Amino acid sequence: MPAHRGCAPLAILLLVLGMAVSAPGQGAEPGNAIRAEERRSGYSFLTRETQAMQDDDLANPGFLWVAEGQELWRTAAGAAGRSCADCHREAPVSMKGVAARYPAYDARAGRVITLEQRINGCRLDHQGAPALAYESQELLALTAYVGLQSRGMPVRVAIDGPARPFFEAGRAEFLMRQGQFNLSCAQCHEDHWQQRLRGLPISQGQSNAYPAYRLEWQALGSLERRLRNCNFAVRAEPYPYGAQEYVNLELFLAWRARGLPVETPGVRR
Amino acid sequence: MARALIHMPTEARRGEVIEVKTLISHPMETGYRRDSMGQPIPRHIISRFVCTYNGEEVFRAEFFPAIAANPFLSFFTVATETGEVRFQWTDDQGNTQTETVRITVV
Repeated sequence: MPAHRGCAPLAILLLVLGMAVSAPGQGAEPGNAIRAEERRSGYSFLTRETQAMQDDDLANPGFLWVAEGQELWRTAAGAAGRSCADCHREAPVSMKGVAARYPAYDARAGRVITLEQRINGCRLDHQGAPALAYESQELLALTAYVGLQSRGMPVRVAIDGPARPFFEAGRAEFLMRQGQFNLSCAQCHEDHWQQRLRGLPISQGQSNAYPAYRLEWQALGSLERRLRNCNFAVRAEPYPYGAQEYVNLELFLAWRARGLPVETPGVRR
Repeated sequence: MARALIHMPTEARRGEVIEVKTLISHPMETGYRRDSMGQPIPRHIISRFVCTYNGEEVFRAEFFPAIAANPFLSFFTVATETGEVRFQWTDDQGNTQTETVRITVV
């Protein structure tokens, strides 16, 4: 019947629209194809031996940095001669949950900043001390110590309001093909997680354990260092440390890891 | 030399077997690697670890280049008497680090 024939293209159109509309409901927003119940920390992709290292705080070398961070927390620094503890008192109380909501929008900076940048902001503004270099022992130690206070708490960053454009820029970064291999983050960590690359499982690329002790580094390192490794792996030129591209990507990754427990200082292979 | 973390009970019953765990920060540079200019990076490893209990040696370890950075050791000893457990790491550049833990035996 003519009426039915006229409806056929409309039905296909509705079907296509229906797929497009229902997709985000299933978590299939760009860069977020992994459903909540499938979301897995990098911990679950480790060997049992490496998991055991993370499970035992006394065997986890990340705690060497934590111990230093605890000391630095109480050490006066800069022209003001103030320590972190002079303002923030006991870190287990004042810093509880802080790392779980970073990166976060900072009104004074007018942009999203990482926890490392927040710590350095404190040094500059309140201690009158020079900023600590990225990946320096001291900055990693303080970040690990602050991060530890959120351990076990779910990652939960704000992506609304002023953080939104930074979040969307981070998502674009995650989806952007780059390097000589012309690969995006999503192609490995969204489309092919749990498959193997050079004999090792590809993780979901969740960021909840950082700063983490990586066996490959034989040291604690920041998420940014890890992201630079990914850049190298696809033969792309990394951005400089502290680049807003990394901050945005970290924000997007934290949102993507929402609900996973903070594991700082985690152990990774 | 470095930062060391030691975990062991500070109180134990006489004759009790106690576990001691130690972690120390050290690069454990193998001596087999080269830097970005092609120059060999000199070996720098902890070569020896000794644990004494009231002066008596209860555990000793020799380290070799294949041992990872920030070496972790775990071993057991018997709580015999109240006193001092002493840990000493020595590296091949002659640096030593000593830590002590008091243990009370009841």
